[in-house]
Amino acid sequence: MSKTTTSDETATAPEEGDLGAAGSQLSTAPTETLANAPGLGVVGWARWFWRQLTSMRVALLLLLLVALGAIPGSLIPQTGQDATKVADFAKAHPTIAPVYEKLGLFHVYSSVWFSAVYILLFVSLIGCIVPRTWQFMGQLRTRPPGAPKRLTRLPAYTTWRTDAEPEQVREAALALLKKRRFRAHLAGDAVSAEKGYLREVGNLAFHIALIVMLVAFAWGQLFKAEGNKLLVEGSSGFSNTLIAYDDFKSGNLFGVDDLNPFSFTLDKFEGTYERTGPNRGTARTFQAAVTYSVGAYGKDKRDVIKVNHPLEIDDSKIYLTAHGYAPVITVRDGKGNVVFDDAVPLLPLDSNVTSSGVIRVLDGYRNARGVTEQLGISAFFLPTYTTGSETASTFPALDNPVLNLAPYHGDLGVDSGIPQSVYQMNKTNMKEFKDSKGAQLRENLKPGETMTLPNGAGSVTYEGTRQWANFQITQQPGSGWALGGAVAAIFGLAASLFIQRRRVWVRAVRGADGVTVVEMAGLGRSESAKLPEELGDLAGVLYDQAPGTPEHPDTPEPEVVPAEGAEK
Amino acid sequence: MTLAAATNEHLASISNTLIYSSMAVYTLAFFAYIAEWLFGSRSKVGRTAAALTATAQAKAKGPAITVKKDGGTAVLERPQVVVRSTSGARDLPDGPGAHGGDEQGDMYGRIAISLTVLAFLVELGGVIARAASVERAPWGNMYEFNITFSTVAVGVYLGLLALKKNVRWLGLFLITTVLLDLGLAVTVLYTASDQLVPALHSYWLYIHVSTAIFCGAVFYVGAVATILYLFKDAYENKLATGGKPGAFANSVLDRLPAAASLDKFAYRVNAAVFPLWTFTIIAGAIWAGDAWGRYWGWDPKETWSFITWVAYACYLHARATAGWKGRKAAYLAMIAFGCWLFNYYGVNIFVTGKHSYAGV
Ligand code: HEM
Repeated sequence: MSKTTTSDETATAPEEGDLGAAGSQLSTAPTETLANAPGLGVVGWARWFWRQLTSMRVALLLLLLVALGAIPGSLIPQTGQDATKVADFAKAHPTIAPVYEKLGLFHVYSSVWFSAVYILLFVSLIGCIVPRTWQFMGQLRTRPPGAPKRLTRLPAYTTWRTDAEPEQVREAALALLKKRRFRAHLAGDAVSAEKGYLREVGNLAFHIALIVMLVAFAWGQLFKAEGNKLLVEGSSGFSNTLIAYDDFKSGNLFGVDDLNPFSFTLDKFEGTYERTGPNRGTARTFQAAVTYSVGAYGKDKRDVIKVNHPLEIDDSKIYLTAHGYAPVITVRDGKGNVVFDDAVPLLPLDSNVTSSGVIRVLDGYRNARGVTEQLGISAFFLPTYTTGSETASTFPALDNPVLNLAPYHGDLGVDSGIPQSVYQMNKTNMKEFKDSKGAQLRENLKPGETMTLPNGAGSVTYEGTRQWANFQITQQPGSGWALGGAVAAIFGLAASLFIQRRRVWVRAVRGADGVTVVEMAGLGRSESAKLPEELGDLAGVLYDQAPGTPEHPDTPEPEVVPAEGAEK
Repeated sequence: MTLAAATNEHLASISNTLIYSSMAVYTLAFFAYIAEWLFGSRSKVGRTAAALTATAQAKAKGPAITVKKDGGTAVLERPQVVVRSTSGARDLPDGPGAHGGDEQGDMYGRIAISLTVLAFLVELGGVIARAASVERAPWGNMYEFNITFSTVAVGVYLGLLALKKNVRWLGLFLITTVLLDLGLAVTVLYTASDQLVPALHSYWLYIHVSTAIFCGAVFYVGAVATILYLFKDAYENKLATGGKPGAFANSVLDRLPAAASLDKFAYRVNAAVFPLWTFTIIAGAIWAGDAWGRYWGWDPKETWSFITWVAYACYLHARATAGWKGRKAAYLAMIAFGCWLFNYYGVNIFVTGKHSYAGV
């Protein structure tokens, strides 16, 4: 890298060279100087290091490194996105996984080395913006530089002879350039003018916006909170406190008190699906009607949360992330007492919402002999049951729901302290109920149907079906800043790329034969077809005010010299 | 319901017919471009070589813009603006284009462009029919993405032509790759029309994906110009150092615009679309914020958009600050476009992420 760039260090920006002051300061881009050997002592080294860090070459290198460093994170599974995939990967590649782990390749974007690169880049950026802003302020206070001696050397040039007085021409030029919103002034025998400062403003705004975006993003990561909550239609709601969440994670600096106070309930979930055609069963809409209130005594309000349409409360957003069915089950003991009456959310297994889960009766149940026991009922649910397809639903909507139940009794082991999935049953201490033939009891129920447990052990009724929805509740401060930064970045960038900063000089002097010679020249930072066009346009207007002399119809042929600033 | 489904399937088959027809017309256009290049080769070659040996006097007479103002007294001559190039050591004239000044070549070139316009319209019809058949924007999968992409790329080319930009030389190279793109689309990537999952129902999606396609098309035009620049630059270098390029290079490269012009064209195209690409990524982030609960999550597609963005930023930066004009900057531009391509094909095919339902 360093080898190949050495040849460029001597290449100067086009505005430099023999033009001297006239071409200077047409931008605030620093010029690359050959890296001097560091001076002695710590200060010398520090200064050298700082100069290196804020040099354009190093900025470019760091920018390339950020791009390069982002690649492995897109190809190797990342803990932040899918922890199980990382575990699978580690199992499949036992030798390489520890190495990856050491290098932070399973969490690239929060790894030490990636952070180091982008922090260096942003330090470099700040180290670049501050002096450039100063420099630009200085440029705004000083006037555009005077005309170079030989205007013929500039990239765009024109000249003619006129009978008008030189002063008259200069005055007309000054007025014209001011009208065209150039910053113009008269210096000696020529008018100097400059325009397009907005380019610099845009460029600085863009780079500052990058910093704003980064800070906002980092802020959001540190203070964010994110959790999930499953709610069944019509059941008790959610209030935004830590214990109410099914799971919760937060940034390092998030405090529990930062949770916004609000609560909401799920009134109704609605899903519609394609009924015909090759995409039968594809979801068309998902929406959850909710009632929410803000603060401890807030008024109830209603809203609808859709997949792309979260509910926003202060800086919390509530997203709809999943849905499924929750059959309403009533369990009675041998005496006919209701010991369980609730909707039980089941876990969807496929796109047609074939679902499974467990109904747990933890206390209150006594068996036929009057002994306290727990019940566990394996549930398997098909929202659309079709004969011939007993093990999988054929459509996601509730067209012909069938609930298959297999009851067990004994000890569910929920007190043993070993966490278990709510959708699975620990069967170690559970015994199946048997049917009259001695096989495991298992029955298909339609809504309203009841299954009787053998020997007076009670009954299980499938009352009907409700739906559940899972909500992700996030709080990410700073997103407004990130968005504002992004918008500023776009506008700054557009100004930086589309606006030309350019200078125009108009010189009018009396020639040896007493006829006034007008010379006009333009200089831009980058070569563009617009510069000569603009110059031609200006010349045309000025020409009308100071027409060429009929006695000398042939405009003098411009003297031929090599192009100024041409790269050697 | 079934009636609607039937019309949809009917529209889908119309769309397929139109896409195949456009391929046929593009193929004809392709042959017409070839004819243009072949006839063009009859013209005199060695323009670049001649210009390199020409005197400085002749060079300075080069491009000059005559400023005409209406309403002026006709007797008087208007001042002329003399333009000097500052961007390269060489101040070479642009090649005459594929037809090489040959009349018959020029005619075939015009036929080729007419055919391109026709094929573009037919393809556009195919894309619209596809959109109508699925009752949504035509970018739910890679097949639709491909056909839309090539339509927009050709549209950008024709748009530049309509704006009287000097881009006719791009024709053959563009149409060749459009044929490849369409061939890939109808064989490997074809997907029967289908619906989008609810996460894809969002107006941010429309904004995000349409600008993404447009940016891709423009970056693509820039990349073609960059490749041609690299060849032409090598050719000019060889001539300047007294080398003798092969007959093919002499014939083909000599008719392209000067390396400096190609370089400038590529730069302008890339720079012009870069803010829009920035916007595309931000629109995507806003959409992700609404759909997935976070605006940035380093999903592979997001990551590669970011990498592409940084790569193009490197390219612009290199030109603006490090003074890397010419070949080095061109390599950066090629790397950046490579990132874009990988983001499009590579990530969809090899990497799984949240975006994968936009898949194959
Ligand atoms: C964080 C990553 C950065 C990105 C994405 C970025 C991007 C850009 C872009 C797109 C341009 C516009 C190019 C043009 O005007 O043609 C630019 C210009 C510039 N950048 Fe950066 N940049 C970054 C960091 C930096 C750093 C660290 C520095 C200083 C060390 C810097 C200094 C400049 C300068 C001096 C210009 C040119 C100003 C001019 O044309 O007058 N940038 N940058």
